[in-house]
Parts: sequence; C-alpha cells; structure tokens
Amino acid sequence: MTGANSFSVSGYGPERAGWTRVFARDAMARRLDWPILLAAIALSFIGSLLVFSATRNRTEINQGDPYYFLIRHAMNTGIGLALMIGTIWLGHRTLRNAVPVLYGLSVLGILLVLTPLGSTVNGAHSWIVLGGGFSLQPSEFVKITIILGMAMLLSARVDAGDKPHPDHRTVLQALGLAAVPMLIVMLMPDLGSVMVMVIIVLGVLLASGASNRWIFGLLGAGALGAVAVWQLHILDDYQIARFAAFANPELDPAGVGYNTNQARIAIGSGGLTGAGLFHGSQTTGQFVPEQQTDFVFTVAGEELGFVGAGLIIVLLGVVLWRACRIARDSSDLYGTVVAAGIVAWFAFQSFENVGMTLGIMPVTGLPLPFVSYGGTSMFAVWVAVGLLQSIKVQRPLSA
Amino acid sequence: MTNIPETGRTPRVQIRLIVIQILVLSLLGTLGGRLWYLQIREGAAYAKEASGNHVQQVVDPAMRGSILDARGVPLADNETRLVVSASRTDLLKQKDDGKAVLTKLAAVLGMAPAEVMMKVRLCDAKTPQPCWNGSPYQPIPITDEATPKQALQIRERAEDFPGISAEPQAVRRYPAPGKSNTAQVLGYLSPVTDDEIQQAQDTDSPYLRSDQVGRSGLERQYDKQLRGKAGVTRYEVDNLGRVIGEAEATPAEPGSNLVTSIDARVQRVAEYELNAAMKKARQQFDKITGTNYKADSGAVVVMEAKTGRVVAMASAPTYDPNVWVGGISAKDYARLTGKKSDYPLLNRAIQGQAAPGSTFKVVSTAAAVEAGYEFDGHYPCTSAYSVGGQVFNNFEGESFGPISLGRALEVSCDTVFYGLAHNEWKKDGGINPKKGEPKDYFYKAAHQFGLGKETGLDLPNEVTGRVPDRQWKESYWKANKDAWCRTGKKDGSYVEKIAYENCLEGNKMRAGDEINYSIGQGDTLVTPIQEAVIYGALANGGTMYHPTIGKAIVSADGKTVSEIKPRKQGRLPITKATLKGMDQALAGVVTRGTAAWKFTGWPQEQIPLHAKTGTAEVYGKQTTSWLATYTKDYTVIMTIAQAGTGSGASGEAVRNIYSAMYGVQADGTIDKKKALLPAPQAALPKIQADGSITSPKISKDPAKDALADEEAAQKATSQGTTAPDGTQPAATTGSTGTANRDTRRRQRRRGRGRGSRRACS
Repeated sequence: MTGANSFSVSGYGPERAGWTRVFARDAMARRLDWPILLAAIALSFIGSLLVFSATRNRTEINQGDPYYFLIRHAMNTGIGLALMIGTIWLGHRTLRNAVPVLYGLSVLGILLVLTPLGSTVNGAHSWIVLGGGFSLQPSEFVKITIILGMAMLLSARVDAGDKPHPDHRTVLQALGLAAVPMLIVMLMPDLGSVMVMVIIVLGVLLASGASNRWIFGLLGAGALGAVAVWQLHILDDYQIARFAAFANPELDPAGVGYNTNQARIAIGSGGLTGAGLFHGSQTTGQFVPEQQTDFVFTVAGEELGFVGAGLIIVLLGVVLWRACRIARDSSDLYGTVVAAGIVAWFAFQSFENVGMTLGIMPVTGLPLPFVSYGGTSMFAVWVAVGLLQSIKVQRPLSA
Repeated sequence: MTNIPETGRTPRVQIRLIVIQILVLSLLGTLGGRLWYLQIREGAAYAKEASGNHVQQVVDPAMRGSILDARGVPLADNETRLVVSASRTDLLKQKDDGKAVLTKLAAVLGMAPAEVMMKVRLCDAKTPQPCWNGSPYQPIPITDEATPKQALQIRERAEDFPGISAEPQAVRRYPAPGKSNTAQVLGYLSPVTDDEIQQAQDTDSPYLRSDQVGRSGLERQYDKQLRGKAGVTRYEVDNLGRVIGEAEATPAEPGSNLVTSIDARVQRVAEYELNAAMKKARQQFDKITGTNYKADSGAVVVMEAKTGRVVAMASAPTYDPNVWVGGISAKDYARLTGKKSDYPLLNRAIQGQAAPGSTFKVVSTAAAVEAGYEFDGHYPCTSAYSVGGQVFNNFEGESFGPISLGRALEVSCDTVFYGLAHNEWKKDGGINPKKGEPKDYFYKAAHQFGLGKETGLDLPNEVTGRVPDRQWKESYWKANKDAWCRTGKKDGSYVEKIAYENCLEGNKMRAGDEINYSIGQGDTLVTPIQEAVIYGALANGGTMYHPTIGKAIVSADGKTVSEIKPRKQGRLPITKATLKGMDQALAGVVTRGTAAWKFTGWPQEQIPLHAKTGTAEVYGKQTTSWLATYTKDYTVIMTIAQAGTGSGASGEAVRNIYSAMYGVQADGTIDKKKALLPAPQAALPKIQADGSITSPKISKDPAKDALADEEAAQKATSQGTTAPDGTQPAATTGSTGTANRDTRRRQRRRGRGRGSRRACS
C-alpha cells in the first residue's frame, strides 16, 4: 500500500480522461471530506482577516508593514495546505510505519528547545527561533506523533484480529510512549500543551477500546496529579496567577485579570453584528494582549459580533463533527484511534482557547486551530486534517 | 488492499465514539451559549464599559446664560473670580488626610481652619451644611473671593499646597441692578448631586460632574435653557492612554439668555415700599393683642393686566442671593433655613397663602349675580346679621340701608354678603343638603376664579391655596375627626368647644361656614399671585392669564429668539355688564370707599385706579392685610402678615409704586419724564449682531430717586389722616377699625349661645 496513487484509478470501466476523472465516483476528489476541507479553509481565511485587523496598526511588532502578519498567515495556510496534500499522498498507514522516525525527531525537537537554542515567549520556553521572523514550536508536532505512536501500538493486535481490545501491556507501552515527550514539555514549562496531550491520551485510549479501568484510573491519577502540582508548587507563579485570575477576574484588573477582563469587554461589546471589521475600538486601541494569537477570538467577537464569532464556532463544529464521523467510519481501529485523537486535540484546544476569552476557562497560551497566527500550530493542524482525509480516502468504498 | 471487514471496532468502541461526539458537541454548545450571554444578553453593559475604556473626555464647560430684566438689565450674570479649590482625592492621599495643608491654606486665605475643613467634608444625612454635596472627585471650591496675591502665594508654592488649586473661573453673580434684590424670583444654584447625574444620564441634557444646577426660582425653572451644553471632546485612547483619534467633538454651547418681564427699577421700588410698609406697620399699635404689629412677612406682585407678565415680584423677608455663590457658609445656611430663621428662601408671592379677607368679595359678587341676584338690586346692609342665635356683625356695626352689590363692594359691607350666602345655603338644603347636587354658587365661583389651584406661573413650587368646599370639608374632617373627638369637650375651653363642634359636624357645610366664607374669612387660602390673576382679569375685561416672568429665551449668539407668549387661562364667570359695575365699584373704593383715605389727591381722571382692601383673620395671630389694586395696564397686589388692615398697612406703599411707574408727583400732577413704566414694556431689548444684549443705564437706586416725591406724598397722606373729616367721605378704616374687625369673629365664636355680647378682653 503506497498511498493514494493506487486508488486514483478505478478497477472497472473504461479509462476516463480530463476533469471527469477528478469527479468520478471513486476519484480522489470525490472521496475527500469536503466539509472539513472547506470549513478549515474558511477558518483560516477568517483568521487572516482577524490577524490583519489585530496587527495592521501595531507598528512595534509588524516592522512597519501593516500586511506583515496577513501575508505570513496566508503563507502559513498555504504551507499547511501543502502539508495536508503531502500527508494525504503519503497516507496515514505509511506514516504508521514511519512512527519511530517521526517520534524520535519530534522528541529531539523538544529536547533542543531545552538547550540554549530554545527561546522563551510569554513564560513558556517552547520555541526555536529560526531567524527571519520564523520560529518553530516543536511541541505542536509532538501532539501528532503521540497520536500516531499510541494509535500504532494500541491498534496493532486488534487490527491483526488477535484481540478484540488492546491488553494492559499494550496500554502501558502506549502510555509510556506518550509520557516521555509530555514530561519534557512540562519542563519547558508549557502547561497548555501538556493539558492538550493529556486530553489526547484520554481520547486515544477511549477510542482504542482499552479497559474502563484504564480510563477511570487515568482520570483519577490526573486529579491526584493536579492536587500534587498545586501542593508541591511545581507551577510557576505566573501560572498560579492565571488560575487565580480565572477564579476571580476582579482580583487584579490592572494585572493578571486584565487580559480576561479586556477580552470579555471586547467580545461583549460586539453585540449581535459587531463593530465591523477593522472598527473594533478595543482591538484598535490594543487593549487585549496577544490578540493575533491566543486572543484572536476577541477580534471576531468585537468586530464581527455574535454572527461572526458564532460562525467560527459553527465551522469548528463542522470540522469536529466530520472528524467524529471519520473516526466512526474508519475501516480499521488504527484510523479510528488517530481520528479520535485529533478530535480530542481540536476539541479541547478550541474549547480552551475560546473559553478563556469568554471567561469560562483559565488563561493558557493555546492557539485557536486554523484561526490564530502561528506557523507551527498552523502546520500541525493542517497535517492533522491531512491524516483525517487520508483515513477517509483510504477507507474502501462500501458496496 | 484487501477488503477489511469492519471488525476493527467492537460495540464498546462504537459507544465510546458516540460519547466523544456528544461531549465535543456539548462543549461547542457551551461556547455558543456563553457567547450569546456575553454578546446579546449583557452586550449593552459591555459596550458601555468598552466605550468608557478607550474614550477620554475633555470637558469645556458652557457659560451659563444671563437672566435679564425687560429692558436688558442683567439680574443674574457671570463674572470671573479667583477660585481656590481643593481636590479631596489628593488630600486623602496625604498622611493626615490633608489637615496640615488645609490649615496652611486657611492661614493664607485668612479663614478659620475649622471652616475650611467643613467645606471639604462630604454631605450626608448626619452632616449639616457647610459640606460638599457635589461629586467627591471634583475639586471643591473653598473660596471664590481669593485676591490675586493669595492666588499667587498658593500657585508659587505649589509644592506646599498639594491638591490645592487657584484658578480664575466664571462664577454666577447677582448684580442687583438699582439695588433690586429679586432673590426669590431668581433662585440660586448649587452643585449637581450624584442622583441627578444618574437620573439625567439618558436624557438629552445630561449633567457634568462640575455642573451647577438651578435649585429654585428662574434658575431652576429655566435651568435647561440657561445651562447650555458643555463642549465635550472625546478622544479615543489606546491601552496606554495615547490618543489614537478624536471620536467626537461637540463645541460648548453657551446657555441662552432669559429675558424676563421684570423691570429692575419697578422691582426695586416694590421691594423698597414693601419693606417700608412693614417697618411702618411695626410702629403701629394693635389694640387686640396689646402689642405693636409684628408685620413679619409680606409680598407684592406687580403684573401687566393685559398679558399676565410679572413686572415685579417681591417677598419679605429676603436675603442676598450671592451667598450661594461658591458654596454657602454654615452661618448663612442656618440663617436661610434654620428653625429660628424667618424662611427668607420662600417666595411669599407664590408660596405664601392666607385667607383673602374682603378682597374675596369680588368672587362673592360674581357668585351672587350667577345665582340670580341683580347687581343693581337692593340688599340690606344692616349692622349685624344673626343666624340661629349666632350674630355676625358688620364692620364697626355700620349700616348703610338697602344698597346695590356695587356699593356693597365699595364700602365692603359684610352683612349684604352674609344674607346672600345664607340664602343660598338654605336653598341648597341647609345643613343636610337636598339630594342631587347642591348649587354651591359661592364655591363654584371661587374655582372659576382660579382659586384652589396653581396659576401656572413659570416658577417652581407654587402652592395652590384652598377653597373650603364640601369636598374639602369632608376630607379634612376625615383626616382630623379622631383628634377632634378625642380632645373636644362640650363645656370646655374655646379650643375644646371648637373641636367638639368639629367632631360632631365638621364634615358638613354649616350656615356659619358659608357666611364666613362669603367675605373671605375662615378656611379659604389664596396666594398673592392668584389675586393678581383675578384683579388683572377684572382690569382687562375678564381674561385670566397664566402669569409669566420669562418673556423670551435668546440664544447666546442672538440668532434664535423664542418668545414666551402670554397664555390665557380662562375667563372670569362674569358678564360684561356686571364687570362694568364691579369696575366702577372698585374705582369707588379708591375715591370714596375703604381705600380712599390713602389715595387723596390721586389723579383718578388720568389714571383710573381700582382697589379692594382686605383684612384676614388668622387664629392666634394678628390680621393679614391685603390690598388688591389695578389700573388699565397693571395690577398691584400687596399683602403683609400681622399688619392690620389692607389700606392701613399697604395703602401708601401701593400708591408709591403706582406713582413711581406713572410719574405721579406729590401734588397729583404727572411728570412723564420721571415715570418708570407708564406703559408695559412690549418690545424685547435690542440684541446686537454678536448676540450681546444692550442694557440701558440704571440709576443707583430708583426707589431713592422717587423718594423726594414720596416724602411729599407721605406728607399729603399724613395730612389726610390727621384731618379725616371731609377727605374721607365713606367708611374709613384705621387702627381702631382693625381692632373691631378682629374682635368680631372672636366674638361670634364666644357668643354662640350667649347672645352677641362683646367680649373683648
């Protein structure tokens, strides 16, 4: 099985030429999941407008070019699309074979961050600056390799027909595989990414059919771990402050609570239809920090109102809904687990990101998939879309 | 690739995938719900917060408009003063809450430190004036009379005076042209309160923190027009307070000027004469109480008869309105409002009410004609009228035989009205009226004359007075019967007996009530302005106006002039013929009636003057004097509490007011050059192209100018009093008359059941 090529030609009927081939019943284009693709492109497009609105006046970061971030966001989206096509072309099963290499590379990447090569942004030491305005955040790719690696381990014996469910040993191996990069990320410390990875692990285990004991055991361990983290003062002060500000935003309106307060004001003031693109005064006045990345949703809230912000949630819903369908319709457990992992990842990251701007989740530095500015996260989510498409495409046609 | 059957997923996995899907959707639903809550439900609140977030306001206060008299003389305007103010927020930052700074400041200003401290404390329920009732975030003025030297001392040593500023500011001024005071009519300003800011927030004229608001008089009535609109420039700022754009700039709109119908000169004369009349009354001996008259308050209204425009309105006692400017001191505030004060803030021309006495007889006359009695009929004017053992005496026991209603007005014959009222009372069914509506002509007439309700004058807080009709008696009895029945005794003291009577039948219209009412005694209450409306209507042929003081509102640039037109209230319920008869009778009051002794030598041919005197009894007090007069253009009403009879107390004062207006000299000739206002000022003052209003020069004291004439006039009248025979052909009232008049009512009360024995102790 070497990817999509073998599927582009049908096993029956005369050879068709030209564009009709593209739309043939079994053709690649017909078998792609268009709702996901269109929704993701729409989100990226809206994202580019929002990023542009948030940055066009910010001369201190856009190097005097109002289009700096807009162009980059578009470029990132283009690269992301290319990565998606590449992923489809390779196919998720091919990548399963490459898991050891990918896993090794990504762990190496996050280890590099811990060396002097890494840079600190907003308290998280999770970046590798490449120069020329580009930087990489290897922890984004770790999310993918964890999904692929765990899926490979957990589904191997089930897909081979040996067992109905992964046994304890397999589950332990899978957990160990995930634990290594998670520990490293925690050292950065990038708590937000760790939280996403925990949710991914949970999602993957759930979808793999692992025993209920593992699920509840992990949930319990997670709760205990949270208490331990709190009690042992493992968290940095800034992280504790964020949680405190979440619990009581009035605590320090000029300090930590400022972000959440201003974000809520920006969104709340949008009303039904918003102030109009580029007309949000909270945005123009730069009252909300990190507005092109973590707080990009506030631009939508203020300038596009309930209609625009609601559309973003609906588009995210389309992506997640289709991804769930793909997980359920996959021909093998491997595909199911990979899709479920991606669902867990996207769902949690979206909920956390939007939730923190709405004041129902604590502030963590997580980007909104497709919408937020940021190269690495954009690449990672598009690769994930590629994986979903590959699962869909490589599923044999029923009947 | 071989077809892999869908054995990859067991039911367990399928169920879990559905669980994941539901979970994911519910998370998104949560986001959507929260988004709806923030943007739709709470959207308005956040929008407000956002606008407060990034908009900074710079306020340019509007200059308050002036209040001008009919010729353009400013009665209230603005002047620039050096204002020293303290910022509470800055003071509270200091270790001792700014005590040291304030003490130092007091030394520089030559004030007591305690006084300065009191001025900067905040008003609350327990804190008496002086205190600050404006916003605590606004600089609190400590004095507006700083000298340039003091201001320099403070500004040069700014580091010694943190939180203190000394800056020139426009402050209100009441210049009192020609010594006119006009205090209660003008009113006063004080800082806006937080409540008012809240309330006015969404109206088209919101308040600013630094605003002064009109609290009474014209300042309050026309506050919106006078205040103008402060200029506000809203700058959009970013999170660091840097200006990123100008959101909105509204230039300051200076307040409009208010041209009134007040004539400062006539106002001054009226005030002066009222004061003089009160002073003089205090030197008169009251035989009933055995002391001099107290003459503790009074009012005078001069009104244009044909328009209802008020030319002068004075109330005594009075005060200097400038005490309010720049915050009032504790002493001044106590003097104006304290229990021991004589309440000079009251405008007694519209807020003082008393029984009208005989000035009410014009109402009774109209009622009688309405009830079917001929105006020129013959009605017995006996010396007394008795009803069921109760004797109502005519004034001084005089009798004139059968006379017409006109003559009854002229000589103020009480018994004529007693008889008519009693007749009507009987026709209405007596103490237990017939079923259906009793006619109540006398009470209906009072309502038709505009009594018992506001005249609608353009001043706030006018009182209504009272018509003691059946309805009122019923409600008054209901409210008080418990107390009456508790304290009333059949054979107790005077008060107890009255209470006993009231308890039994206080809700019923008794014969005595209606008889007493017919001559303006008893429970009837009227205000001077109500009398002015009635007598003004008699002068102009029967049209009652809503009196007005504001004449025009002129925008600051002079381009928009909105005139305040006279407004008709209704017509007197009198036919032309009756009106003519009453007019003649009231002229007769001046030539040969109750007021004649004060108007000898008046050029009645040239300036026909009409008058009605009144003396109202007040239980436990000396009588209230009334004098209601009119010419063809003006009506002048004067009343003084506890001052004896209408003509005795106010005759000269009213005459002097007319003399000053028409230029009547002591010898009865008319000097048109000296006339202040021989005809009403119809035209508005001239408005210049730049919006300023020209005002003529006004002499230092118009009252003093006329003094020479007045002195001569006084001489003439005093001659008249000393030689009564010949000059006073008809019934005259003097101090003895007053005494008698007063005893009459008491005697009635006491005499009940005991005959008509005079019991004057």
